[in-house]
Amino acid sequence: MTHEHDVMITVTVNDENHQVPEGSTVAYLCRDIGLDPEKVAVERNLEIVPRSTLEEALIRAGDTFEIVHFVGGG
Amino acid sequence: MTSHTNDSWTVAGQTFHSRLIVGTGKYKDFAENAAALEASGAEIVTVAVRRVNVSDPQAPMLTDYIDPKKVTYLPNTAGCFTGEEAIRTLRLAREAGGWDLVKLEVLGEAKTLYPDMHETLRATEILANEGFKPMVYCVDDPIAAKRLEDAGAVAIMPLGAPIGSGLGIQNRVTIRLIVEGANVPVLVDAGVGTASDAAIAMELGCDGVLMNTAIAEAKQPVQMARAMKLAVEAGRTAYLAGRMGRRKYADPSSPLAGLI
Repeated sequence: MTHEHDVMITVTVNDENHQVPEGSTVAYLCRDIGLDPEKVAVERNLEIVPRSTLEEALIRAGDTFEIVHFVGGG
Repeated sequence: MTSHTNDSWTVAGQTFHSRLIVGTGKYKDFAENAAALEASGAEIVTVAVRRVNVSDPQAPMLTDYIDPKKVTYLPNTAGCFTGEEAIRTLRLAREAGGWDLVKLEVLGEAKTLYPDMHETLRATEILANEGFKPMVYCVDDPIAAKRLEDAGAVAIMPLGAPIGSGLGIQNRVTIRLIVEGANVPVLVDAGVGTASDAAIAMELGCDGVLMNTAIAEAKQPVQMARAMKLAVEAGRTAYLAGRMGRRKYADPSSPLAGLI
């Protein structure tokens, strides 16, 4: 939950800026965007964030995320 | 002898009964895609890995229509022009899906979508060393196919004609040479335009065929998906049955004795 006294930090998600409270996890970030963390893969600063660690991995200000999923393709 | 009812093939330890792999691109919508998949009988679908739409996260997703628990998702690196892009894509795919069986495709140029074999071979080695099981899109070169196999490719997937061209199997001789020389499954990937093309690929002894556009761009994709299922089965069965020899001239089917 976001509280009014939370310090917000800015990260980049798929080239767009996004703000989350300091101390948020990567899983929180996914849900905050409206994504189910179970259905995506996350890369932070060009390194995979293993799915098993999404609930614990803490976000740092300035992190650059790529969040991908499966789409139709040949 | 194998009849087609219990005919199966195995790639990287996984056994499948359908020899048709279908793509999930270019369909009108997810519902049509799912219906075509059902009609094709395919057990494997290729999928792409792309950024989620951050501004519209609730948009319908492929996984809502095609259940990855029931159908094997084969993540593909279509659209990657360097080994690094392809490897990065597949690392993400492995994390998204949780499996190692992937399809590697490193393209050389947009016009022909021909594979860049130097990058493809390099990426195959790296992926195999990281524990991936790469099925590899490649040129129809029997020597390149061997190199890929040595590098860790779990399946060789030569093109029959350029991706999306629908020109049919233009290279029967080299496809057959690859089939004869390979110790891993060989699947024609790209070039099929209609059912007879799929049958030809199977009659050459291929273990399977992968197609997307031939079904998705048919006037009736679901009907074409069924045609492809039948063609793959027919071609496979004909291959197992062993075709007659070719003769230069006629040979009558009715006995000559007893003619009035």
